[in-house]
Amino acid sequence: MTGPGGVVPGGVVVVGAGECGTRAALALREEGYAGPVTLVGGEPGHPYERPPLSKAVLSGAADLTPLCTPERLVDAGVTHLAGVAATALDVRAHEVALADGRVLGYERLLLATGARARPLPGALVLRSHADAVALQARLRPGTRVGVVGGGFIGLEVAATAAGLGCAVTVVEAAPRLMGRAVPERLAARVAARHAEAGVAVRCASPVARLEPGRIVLADGQVVETDVVVAGIGSAPETALAAAAGLAVADGIVVDGSLATSAPDVFAAGDCCSFPHPLYDDRRVRLESWRAAQEQGVHAARALLGDPEPYAAVPWFWSDQYELSLQVAGLPGAATEEVVRVRPDGAELWFGLDAGRLVAVAGIGTGTAVAKDVRIGELLIAQRAAPDPAALADPGVALKPLLRAPSPVG
Amino acid sequence: MPQWIAACATDDVDPEDVISFEHAGNAYAVYRSPDDAFFATDGHCTHERELLCDGLVMGGVIECPKHNGRFDYTSGKALGAPVLVDVRTYPTKVEDGTVYIEVP
Ligand SMILES: Cc1cc2nc3c(=O)[nH]c(=O)nc-3n(C[C@H](O)[C@H](O)[C@H](O)COP(=O)(O)OP(=O)(O)OC[C@H]3O[C@@H](n4cnc5c(N)ncnc54)[C@H](O)[C@@H]3O)c2cc1C
Ligand code: FES
Repeated sequence: MTGPGGVVPGGVVVVGAGECGTRAALALREEGYAGPVTLVGGEPGHPYERPPLSKAVLSGAADLTPLCTPERLVDAGVTHLAGVAATALDVRAHEVALADGRVLGYERLLLATGARARPLPGALVLRSHADAVALQARLRPGTRVGVVGGGFIGLEVAATAAGLGCAVTVVEAAPRLMGRAVPERLAARVAARHAEAGVAVRCASPVARLEPGRIVLADGQVVETDVVVAGIGSAPETALAAAAGLAVADGIVVDGSLATSAPDVFAAGDCCSFPHPLYDDRRVRLESWRAAQEQGVHAARALLGDPEPYAAVPWFWSDQYELSLQVAGLPGAATEEVVRVRPDGAELWFGLDAGRLVAVAGIGTGTAVAKDVRIGELLIAQRAAPDPAALADPGVALKPLLRAPSPVG
Repeated sequence: MPQWIAACATDDVDPEDVISFEHAGNAYAVYRSPDDAFFATDGHCTHERELLCDGLVMGGVIECPKHNGRFDYTSGKALGAPVLVDVRTYPTKVEDGTVYIEVP
């Protein structure tokens, strides 16, 4: 039997059973594909969501969130090989070799291998459930926790550890927190909230080395620690692709429809770098839960033959204490900025370039900023050029701007 | 025993928007569609039990404010990941400018 796009048994193999790969495997069925689908996952157990690992799972407030019920994979006829890594890829033979010695033939292959935390010898990292379990076991009231890196994961760990009664110090090499991804004004608010919780935040403090029981900073100062966690970014998991000769440059290089440089091989999620049509086809590599989901679904369609380019607006959120931060678009693409301070204390930041809205970020209690950020995201997708005065005025509702005809594009 | 409860005045909800309503310790979300019909669902998302009322309503769809899970609020149907479970809906009626919902 042949499915849409002419894919025949031999079927589709998805490497990586994370957010992206699992959604892709399920989406293949939703798109009507009837051939074999094999989901190869290096991690043991059922696929799970990563974001709670630094939040409710780390604090002990919640168990692991499964990506879907186990029955759902079974019902969809997806063969999930858990705890088996793919070790080699032969793009000419259309074969992928597994750690247990099996070799799978494929008609189409999706690489959804994600990213790995950049290691720092002497420090724990947080990427997998196993990492979260290991870290949680170390977090007790009074534990001195040193967090290296003031990005999202480091800061979420800091907030969760502070909530558990740990004495937390964050050291960040850059002059401020969350440098690349979040506007300065919002980052300052996050820093203030950490200070209020008793977390010592030291920016402009590069680490010289880790010694047992302490972090030695470049300026010679020392932070005494019982446990050190590194949140110094992640590196795309590209080893399999690179060894197979695929183009790799900060991620597996894909085109607009998520196809790699090898025939019938696609890549999606944290592991890929793709051209973004909303940003002059600039190459971006996202580390975003929603993008991983959307790209998984998109890749499923693409490998069944749909040529539509992936154009969704990047979006992510971070929860720290009662605050939630949401960012849509690419703040780094902005050349002008507009701030809206709402009466409830929530703040929104809009980034424009040549009049066009290219990014929006918001911070507030709980889900206070969600609706405004979502409308901002829709405006970005519309390539809208909203009036900056309207964006700045908390009395002007944003939703009607969506319908207003845009003077640009 | 099911009973009709006055939830809000029709004017309390903008067209294509949602408000929250609490009754007997339970949260409900009351929606007004773009064509001025009223609907009600459970107040919480089925993904991580976040309140839906801060979410964006577009047409007949509510988006959860937390991770953008989407539901058809007229039927309760979950429209895809991350929401996998439908949200419960409740009958509504409008009398004299008041929106009532029927709760179990
Ligand atoms: C602690 C933490 C908190 C986060 N919080 C947020 C948040 O609040 N908001 C947000 O937007 N994003 C957040 N993220 C990011 C989000 O989780 C990722 O963007 C998302 O998981 C990416 O999905 P993915 O499927 O591309 O990669 P992954 O989830 O990394 O999955 C890739 C999978 O592939 C497997 N794999 C790799 N190589 C092989 C191989 N050769 N063979 C077999 N299997 C292989 C890996 O073991 C892994 O299971 C967080 C991430 C972490 C780690
Ligand atoms: S809580 Fe609603 S989508 Fe996650």
